[in-house]
Amino acid sequence: MDRLVCLGIESTADNLGVGVAASDGTILANEITTHVPEEGGIHPREAARHHASHMGEVIGKALKAAGLRGKDLDFIAFSQGPGLGPCLRTGATAARALASYLGVPLVGVNHCVAHIEIGRLATGAGDPLTLYVSGGNTIITGFEGGLYRVFGETLDIAVGNCFDSFAREAGLPYPGGPAIEEMAKKGGRLIPLPYVVKGMDLSFSGLLTAVTQEFRSSRWKLEDICYSLQEVAYSMLGEVTERALAHTRKPEVLAKASYVPIGYATDNGAMIAWTGMLAYLSGVRTPVETSFIDSRWRLDEVEVPWRG
Amino acid sequence: MEGLRLVAKGAEADLWLDSDWNGVRVLIKRRGLKEYRVPELDAEIRRSRTSRTAREASVIHRAKEAGVPTPLIYQVDLEAATIVMEYVEGERVREMVDVLGDDERRELFRLIGRTAGRMHGAGIIHGDLTTSNMIRSGGRVVFIDFGLGEVSWEVESRGVDLNLMYRMLTSTHYGHTAELFKVFREGYEEGLGPEAGEALTRMEEIGRRGRYLERE
Repeated sequence: MDRLVCLGIESTADNLGVGVAASDGTILANEITTHVPEEGGIHPREAARHHASHMGEVIGKALKAAGLRGKDLDFIAFSQGPGLGPCLRTGATAARALASYLGVPLVGVNHCVAHIEIGRLATGAGDPLTLYVSGGNTIITGFEGGLYRVFGETLDIAVGNCFDSFAREAGLPYPGGPAIEEMAKKGGRLIPLPYVVKGMDLSFSGLLTAVTQEFRSSRWKLEDICYSLQEVAYSMLGEVTERALAHTRKPEVLAKASYVPIGYATDNGAMIAWTGMLAYLSGVRTPVETSFIDSRWRLDEVEVPWRG
Repeated sequence: MEGLRLVAKGAEADLWLDSDWNGVRVLIKRRGLKEYRVPELDAEIRRSRTSRTAREASVIHRAKEAGVPTPLIYQVDLEAATIVMEYVEGERVREMVDVLGDDERRELFRLIGRTAGRMHGAGIIHGDLTTSNMIRSGGRVVFIDFGLGEVSWEVESRGVDLNLMYRMLTSTHYGHTAELFKVFREGYEEGLGPEAGEALTRMEEIGRRGRYLERE
């Protein structure tokens, strides 16, 4: 079979990514632009406006990097959910327009599945247990019986959301993770904070409340608060991952954001293009009439025929 | 260690079998140091008076009083993060699910539901209520691993416990999810009585709650 190429559009949150993937597993382009809010966190509508105004430019860059023209593309993949509605709709609209202009099929991709698949491609891990953490997701998942099963997840807010919210409270820049990590390096005193794991599930809302109260009490150095927040949150993640490993007896762990190369760990278009390719080769097509975005599309509802 | 045999390496603890500990056959559970935790937090979790080691022993004691089958505790050593307990003969439920016949499997999960209901009725929350932590022993189901356990009568805590069980049925025993949850639920209602409905409703709410918060 001839080599197929596709373009993938990712726009679930503050990143707009456009990637190009080929059916032999090569990534030909991975262009990203990030909406940086003037203050605070992501505002969905403003992020969507940013994506819309940069869409043409990023698609152009990706095609140029891949050395391709629009007519070389065999189909268009896009991130169909989960994520922020206005942002998702911007990407979906661009994908529909491009597919219909070029007269090629459309393939809707689940954002979480895409993170796992690009991780497998980048690391060569065959059947990993995946810890997927971001601003909106905290999930421990593995492939069992045809689907990515969720063994553990947050019971309330995502760990990234906890960090972002605290960073905003403490006047640290967005995104919160790196800013807190930087402060934490200068801290070293462990403040008692709630450590909440329920089997393989976790909870971060109590931790956020407690750390906010400790900050407002002015009893501690911000460096020590950041250090404690980080140590407690990471220990919780370490523990549930270890429990899930023991439980599933999977041979390896894929930790997004730390072991997967950064360009593929952040939200990016290459992961959408590559996962779209896997889906397309298994016969998946998304007719325009049913290409609605689903901002709450669950990972464990996605058919994964390419791993059957 | 002489006469000891490592029988399992769990996520949190190593389990050693000692066939002659003061004349009895025991399991020695030792929570090992975790390198990924800072030392203060590690000590707090494993060895303090509020550690999981201490909590496991006290919650098991309480469960016994309520008639929930658990291993007997012979000795607790906080400094060494070690518990010496009864060695329970039997098979782990997790491995039994796909082995049993339909009727037997349903009976087993009805019994698990009844035991869980009785446990919640006695104010005990297991904290890791999964089939990995249940041993079928004779005609009973013995609940083990109460390290994340707590004493609570709150609907929320019960709901979280039930949610763990439900997730286990969907993620691991996915071939039997609906069938097994149905009998589990019936057993739970028998074991807990009228308060069961509220806990089960809360479980469903919790299941929907953390999933991709509506942020538009």
